[in-house]
Amino acid sequence: MNDDLTKLDVQVLAMSTDSHFTHKIWQEEELSKMVDGGVPFPMLADAGGKIGEVYGVYDPVGGVDIRGRFIIDPEFVIRAMEVLTPEVGRNPDELVRQVKAYQHIVATGEVTPSGWEPGDKTLTPSPALVGHVWEEWKP
Amino acid sequence: MAKKKEGCVASAAGPITSSSDQGDDQAPETVKEEPRMLARVGQPAPDFEAMAYLPHKQDFAPVKLSDYKGKWITLCFYPGDFTFV
Repeated sequence: MNDDLTKLDVQVLAMSTDSHFTHKIWQEEELSKMVDGGVPFPMLADAGGKIGEVYGVYDPVGGVDIRGRFIIDPEFVIRAMEVLTPEVGRNPDELVRQVKAYQHIVATGEVTPSGWEPGDKTLTPSPALVGHVWEEWKP
Repeated sequence: MAKKKEGCVASAAGPITSSSDQGDDQAPETVKEEPRMLARVGQPAPDFEAMAYLPHKQDFAPVKLSDYKGKWITLCFYPGDFTFV
C-alpha cells in the first residue's frame, strides 16, 4: 500500500498512544519481519491520546486511539476522514482510490461520481448539468 | 520547535492551538481541560507535535503535522503496537 501512496507523493504518518520507544521495538521485533525492511513511515506517539481527542478518535474507556484515517491536502485542509471501531480493519485500496480522486479533482476542477476509478467518467459541475446528470453518467 | 531536546522523558507539545503557538509549555494542559473534536472535512487540519520513531533514520525526533504542509498527507491512528495495523 505504501508503495502506491509513495507513487502518489503521499506522506503517511502512523499514530497510536504507544510511546516512540515502543514503536521502535515493535518495528524491530515484529514489523520488520512482516514487511520487508519494516514500515517506512514515521510512527508518532500520541501521549495520553490528546491528539486523538482533537481528531475525534480517542476512546477514553480503552485509553487508545481507535482506527481513524485522515486525508489532508497540500493546502493543509482535511479532505476525508474514516473512523472505524477496532473490530474491522481498513481497506488500503479505498484509501488509494480516494487519494487519486482528490488529486484528480484538485488538478482538473472536475468531480468524480461514486465508485470512480482513474480513467472513468468524471463530471464538470455547471448550471446546465443540473437535472441532466443522468445523460452523462449512470451507476 | 527544535529547542526541546530529547531525553528519556521528553514529551512533545501535543495539539497545537493558537494559544500554544508561542511554545508555552502549559498550553497542552489548557487543551486537556477543554477536550473537543476539532477535525472537520473541508477545514484546516488541527496541527500538533508528537514524538516519533523514524524507521528510515532509526532515530527519535519530534514531528509536527505542519512539517509536511505542501504534500498530500495520510494520518492513520490505530489502537496499539503489537496488535494489528
